[in-house]
Amino acid sequence: MTTATVYVPGDSGAIAVGAEEVARAIVGESDSRNIAINLVRNGSRGLYWLEPMIEVVREGRRYAYGPVKTDDIAGLFDADFLRGGDHPLALGWTEDIPYLREQERLTFRRVGVVDPRSLSDFIAHDGFTGLRRALALAPSAIVDEVITSGLRGRGGAAFPTGIKWRTVAETVSVQKYVVCNADEGDSGTFADRMLMEGDPFLLIEGLTIAGIAVGATRGIIYIRSEYPHAERMLQQAIMVASEAGYLGIDILCSGRSFMLEIRRGAGAYVCGEETALLESLEGRRGQVRFKPPLPAHKGLFGQPTVVNNVISLATVPVILQRGAAFYAEFGRGRSRGTQPFQLSGNVRRGGLIEKAFGLTLGELIFDWGGGTATGNAVRAAQVGGPLGAYLPTLHFDTPLDYEAFAARSAMIGHGGVVVFDSTVDMAEMARFAMEFCAVESCGKCTPCRIGSVRGRELIDRIIAGDDVVRNIETLRDLCDTMMEASLCALGGMAPLPVLSALEYFSADFARDDMPEAAQRD
Amino acid sequence: MTISENEQQRVIDWALRENACTPEALLPVLHAIQDALQYIPELAFDALAHALNLSRADIFGVISFYSDFRLQPPGRHLLRLCRAEACQAMGGRSLEAEVRRRLQIEFHATTDDGHVTLEPVYCLGACACAPALTLDGSLHGRVDLARLSVLLDQLEIPR
Repeated sequence: MTTATVYVPGDSGAIAVGAEEVARAIVGESDSRNIAINLVRNGSRGLYWLEPMIEVVREGRRYAYGPVKTDDIAGLFDADFLRGGDHPLALGWTEDIPYLREQERLTFRRVGVVDPRSLSDFIAHDGFTGLRRALALAPSAIVDEVITSGLRGRGGAAFPTGIKWRTVAETVSVQKYVVCNADEGDSGTFADRMLMEGDPFLLIEGLTIAGIAVGATRGIIYIRSEYPHAERMLQQAIMVASEAGYLGIDILCSGRSFMLEIRRGAGAYVCGEETALLESLEGRRGQVRFKPPLPAHKGLFGQPTVVNNVISLATVPVILQRGAAFYAEFGRGRSRGTQPFQLSGNVRRGGLIEKAFGLTLGELIFDWGGGTATGNAVRAAQVGGPLGAYLPTLHFDTPLDYEAFAARSAMIGHGGVVVFDSTVDMAEMARFAMEFCAVESCGKCTPCRIGSVRGRELIDRIIAGDDVVRNIETLRDLCDTMMEASLCALGGMAPLPVLSALEYFSADFARDDMPEAAQRD
Repeated sequence: MTISENEQQRVIDWALRENACTPEALLPVLHAIQDALQYIPELAFDALAHALNLSRADIFGVISFYSDFRLQPPGRHLLRLCRAEACQAMGGRSLEAEVRRRLQIEFHATTDDGHVTLEPVYCLGACACAPALTLDGSLHGRVDLARLSVLLDQLEIPR
C-alpha cells in the first residue's frame, strides 16, 4: 500500500479558521493508528466557506472534504478518507465542485494544487516555461507579447502593462528597477495574498520576465506587514529559486541577471499608490509624488521603474507560455483576459473566482456567492475596495469589465466585491469611507487631508438630522472638490462610495426635517 | 516588562549591522528593532540618525507616519481588530463594541494594568472569513461574539 497524501491548506485564510489545528490532528491521529501519511500544506483553492478543506488523492484525482473541524478527524479516519471513503463532509472530486469547475483559472491554475514550497512541484506543473520562452526572445518581443495580450494593470488603475514596460524599456539608464506592489490594502481583496502564499514561484517568474523585458537587473517586492505568512513564503521561494539558478547572476546560463529582494511596508494604505510606495522604499514617509515625471521615467532613486501589481506580474508567465493570442481570447471589449474576483462580506459562499471579464455582478453574487450568509436580502455591493462605489441590486446586471463599470461611475479596481444585506445603514458606510480616508490620507494635498475630515463631520450632522438638505448639498460639493483637486486616487476616489450611497440609497440619509423622507427600500 | 538600556542598545546595533547604513534602510532597521523589542525606544533616535545620516526629525516623521511603529511598549497581549467593510458586513461593529466594553478602552490604547493593547487594522486579507482579528500575531476568522468571548476569556479579561 502506498503512502497516502493529504492536502491541508497552509493559506492564512484557512489557518484563520482552524487549518493548523486540523493538520495537527491528522498527524496525531495517523500516528496513533500507525498509518504513514504524506502531509502537504498547499495553498487555498479559494472556496473559503468550505475551509478548512482537505483533499486526498483517489484514483489519481483529488477528492475533497470540508469544512473540517478537529472533532471530525477520527471519524474521517474511520471512514477511510485517505482512500476517498464516504463521509458526510465529502465534497466529491475537487475539480467537479461547480464553484471551481465553472472558473477559468489561468493566473491561479496552480494555487491550491501544488505544494508552494516545492520548486520541483512548480516545474512539474509547467513552472518557468514562460521564463524559458522569454529568455529565447528579444526583450522587445517580450514587451510586444504583453502588449498584444491586452493585459491591463490588475492593481486597480487598469493601465496597459505592456505599454508601461515599453516606456521603461525605451528609457536609457544604467540601473532600472522592477517593483512589485504587494501592498494589497483594499478591504475585500485577498488575491495577492493567496497567490503569494499558494504559488510564490509564479510571482518570481513574472518579475524575472519583466526584468529581462525592460532591462532591469533589480527587483523589489513591497509587501504589506499584515501579510507575514506571504512574506515568509516568498522569502523561502526566493532562496530556493536563487540556489537553483532561476534568480541571480546569469539566469539559466542566459547571460541575463536579476536580483530580487523583499521589503515590508508598515501599515499605510496609501503606500499602495505607486509613488507613495517608491517614497517608502527610499526610507521616507509614504507621501505621494507629483506626476510627471512618471515612475517609468524617474521612479525608484530617480531611475526608470516598472511598478506592477502582484496579479499583473503573475499573469505574465501564462501569456508567454501560451501566447498573447490565447490570453486575449478571454474577456470582453477592452478588458482582455481573466480577473481573479474576490467575493466576501455578507455572502454565503465567499472566495476567489477567476473568470474572464464579462460576467455580471449579479451572476458573481448570486450564482457563485449564493446570496447573503445571513439569509436576508442583498441590498448593496461595494466593488473595487474602500474607494469603490456601492451598487444597488438594480445595477447587478452590470458586466464586470473596466469600461462598463466606469460608465456607472464605479470601478472594478483590484476585483474585490463586498456584499451587504438589508440591515446595512448606507449613511454609516458613507461616513466610514470618509473616516477611512482621513485615517489613511498621506497629508500632502489639502482636498484629501482636510476634505475627508470635513466630509465625516458633514455626514455626522446629516445622521444627527441637522439641516440635512443643505448639508447633503455641501457634501456633494466637497466630494466634487476632492475628486477634481486631489493628488492621487485616495482623495480622488474616496467620494465614490459616498456619492453612490447618496445616489442609490438616499433613504438612509433621510431625516425628519426632509420634506419627503422616503421609506427605506 | 522593561528592557534594559544595554539590551536596547544591543538590538539597535544589531539592526544597523544587519542593514546597509543608507537612508533607505530606515524602514527595515525600524522593523528589525520593533520585531525584537515590540517598540522603538528613545535610545534609537540618536543612534539611527548618526548611522543613517538622517535628522532626529526625519526619523520621528517616519515613525509617526506608519501606524505599525510605536514609541511605547505595548501591553502583554496585542489585539488587532479589523474595521474594514467586509468585516463590518459580517458584524464587525458589534465585535468592536463588545471588545470596547470588556477591555474598557478605545482603539490605540492599553488597559491600565498593561495587559492588552487594542489596535484597529484595515484589512487582514481574510475577508472571505470575516470578521477577522489577530491576537498576538495569530489570525482568527469567522469571529462571532461567542468566539470572541472565548478568546477574551483566555486572556482572563473580566466579563
